[in-house]
Amino acid sequence: MMYTLPGRRAVLGLFLVFLLLPIYWLVNMSFKTNVEITSTMSLWPQHPTLDNYRVIFTDPSWYSGYINSLTYVVLNTLLSISFALPAAYAFSRYRFLGDKHLFFWLLSNRMAPAAVFALPFFNLYSAIGLFDTPWAVALAHCLFNIPLAVWILEGFISGVPREIDETAFLDGYSFLRFFLKILMPLIAAGIGVAAFFCFMFSWVELLLARTLTSVNAKPIAATMTRTVSAAGMDWGVLAAAGVLTIVPGAIVIWYVRNYIARGFALGRV
Amino acid sequence: MTLGLENVSLVRGAVDHLRDVSLTLARGSLNVLLGPTLSGKTSLMRVMAGLDAPTTGRVLVDGRDVTGIDVRKRSVAMVYQQFINYPSLTLFENIASPLRVQGRPQEEIERRVRETARLLKLEPYLGRTPLALSGGQQQRTAIARALVKGADLVLLDEPLANLDYKLREELRAELPRIFELSGAIFVYATTEPSEALLLGGRTICLSEGRALQTGETPAVYHRPKSLRVAELFSDPPLNTVAVEKRDGSVAYHGGGTAPANGLYAALQDGPYRVGFRAHQLAVADGTGKTAATAANGHHVFPAMVALTEITGSESFLHLRRDGANWVAVLPGVHEFLPGQTLEAALDPDDVFIFDIEGRLVAGPAGS
Repeated sequence: MMYTLPGRRAVLGLFLVFLLLPIYWLVNMSFKTNVEITSTMSLWPQHPTLDNYRVIFTDPSWYSGYINSLTYVVLNTLLSISFALPAAYAFSRYRFLGDKHLFFWLLSNRMAPAAVFALPFFNLYSAIGLFDTPWAVALAHCLFNIPLAVWILEGFISGVPREIDETAFLDGYSFLRFFLKILMPLIAAGIGVAAFFCFMFSWVELLLARTLTSVNAKPIAATMTRTVSAAGMDWGVLAAAGVLTIVPGAIVIWYVRNYIARGFALGRV
Repeated sequence: MTLGLENVSLVRGAVDHLRDVSLTLARGSLNVLLGPTLSGKTSLMRVMAGLDAPTTGRVLVDGRDVTGIDVRKRSVAMVYQQFINYPSLTLFENIASPLRVQGRPQEEIERRVRETARLLKLEPYLGRTPLALSGGQQQRTAIARALVKGADLVLLDEPLANLDYKLREELRAELPRIFELSGAIFVYATTEPSEALLLGGRTICLSEGRALQTGETPAVYHRPKSLRVAELFSDPPLNTVAVEKRDGSVAYHGGGTAPANGLYAALQDGPYRVGFRAHQLAVADGTGKTAATAANGHHVFPAMVALTEITGSESFLHLRRDGANWVAVLPGVHEFLPGQTLEAALDPDDVFIFDIEGRLVAGPAGS
C-alpha cells in the first residue's frame, strides 16, 4: 500500500502547467498576428492565422536556416558516432598506456567553454576555406560531441560481455563483420542515445555556429537572433520559427525516450 | 588432431595463472579439467583455444607449433560458464553463425543446424531469440553452436555451473552421448568431482596453475598421487588426520591408538597423514550396531555429532573430533542428535596414507 500525498495530482498538475506555459505561449503567439500580440493579452489566438508559418516556409532566408542547421547537425552526428564507436570499443576492451587518463581527458574537453575555441576555429577555418560551410560547424561540434559519444558508447559496450566478442572470433568472424553484425545491433540503443545527445548539443549550440558562418551556412538560431535586431519586431514569425526549432528535438527524443536516462548516466547502469 | 601443451606458463602481472603445464590430448578424447575456482582451468582453456598466448611454452596441434596463431585460423569452439549467445539473432541464426561465416551453401546450413538442434532438443525454439529461453536452453544453444561447426577442439568451461539442479542433471546425462557422436577433442572444466566421474574419459587435476595428475578418470579417483589431488577429487571434502606409526602401533592425532595392521603394516615408523573419503568412514547406526568393529581389525574412535544433512537417499553426518571435522555418508535417512557421541571406524585396508610432503605412500588395493 502506497501512501499518497493529498492533492498529489493537483501539485503535479501545477508543476506541469508551470513547465509547459512558456512553450504554450510560444505556440500561442505563433498563430497570432503581430497586432494581436502587441495590443492585447489573449490566452488563445482570437484570429488564428498560419501566415507566420507561411513566411518561414516560403522565405529562403528563413527556411535555408533550417536546412543549414540540419545539414551540419546530421553531419556532426554521423561524424561523431562513426569516430566514437571504434574509440569506445578500444577504451572498453583494451588496456593501453595512459588509457584512463586519455579517457578522462576526453570528458574534460566538454568542460571548456565553447567561446574558448571560437577564435582558433574561426582563424583556422578561414585560412583553409572551411569558413561559412556546414563542415565548419560540424567539425567544430565534434570537439564536444565525440568525447560525449565515446563516454556513452563505452558504457554500453562494456555492458556487452567480452565473451561475445571471443565467441564471434572463434566462430570465425572478421573484426569488421563482428562489429557490424554482432556488436552494433547489441548496442543499438546506446548508438541511438549517443546520436540523440550529439544531435541536441549541435542543434542548440549557438556561439560556434554563429561565429563560423556568415551567409551561406547561417543556422536557424542565428537567423532568429539577427531578425530581432534587423527587421523590427516580427513577433509572430519569430514565434513560429521557435516552434519549428523545438520540433526536431521532440521527434528525436521520442525514439530514444526509453534509453535517455542511461544516456545521462553515460551508458553506465 | 592431437593437442599438445609444452611447459606452458601464463603470468599476468604478479599472478601466475599457469605454471609449467605439459599435456597431450588425444584425438577424439574427452578430457576433464578438475580443480577448484582460481586453479587455472579457464586460463588453460584460453591458452588451448588461442585466446591468450602463453607467457612461455608452446601449443602444438598435430605436432605443429600454433602458439600465437589467431583464433580465427584454428578449429576451436568454446562454451562459457555464462550463457553466451548473440542476443540479437534467432536461435537458428545463432547456431548457423559459424557456418555462415565459413560461407556454406544454404541447404547445408539448414541441414546441419537442424541436425544439431535435434541432438540438443532445441528444434521447437529455432525461431526465438536466446533471451526468450530458459537458462538450460540458452546453454544448449551455445553448445549447439560449438558443435555445429565440427571443430577439432571443443572447450566447455563449467558449462553447467550456472544451471539449476534439474537442468544440470538432464544436460549432464546427455553430454557423454553428444561427445561420442562428434569425434572431436573435448575439454570439460568443472569444480565438481562427481561431474568428472560421471563424464569419465581422462581427468587432469589442476591446482594453483599446475597440472598435478593426469590419467583415466577412475584411476585418478582411486589412486590420487598426492594429498592435494585426493582433496580436490573428493566431495564431500576429504577427511584427514595426522598419525604416527611407532613400534607396531598407530597413534591417531587427537586420541586413539590401534595396532598397525592393514596398509599400516608395511610402513616405516614415522609421521604420516591419512586421508579417507566420506564413504570410507563407517559409523555405528542409530540402533547401536557398529558396522565395523575393533574386533575385525578396524580402527575405532569416539566422535561427536555436529550436524546431519539429509538429502533423501543419503545422510551426511558431520563429526567433530579434536578440532577436526569429519564427514561420513550413510545410505538412507538417519537422525543423530547434535552433541551425541558415537563410534566411527576406519578400515586400515581402505585409507590413503600420505607422507608428510603429501605424496601417496599406500592406498587401497584392487581398484
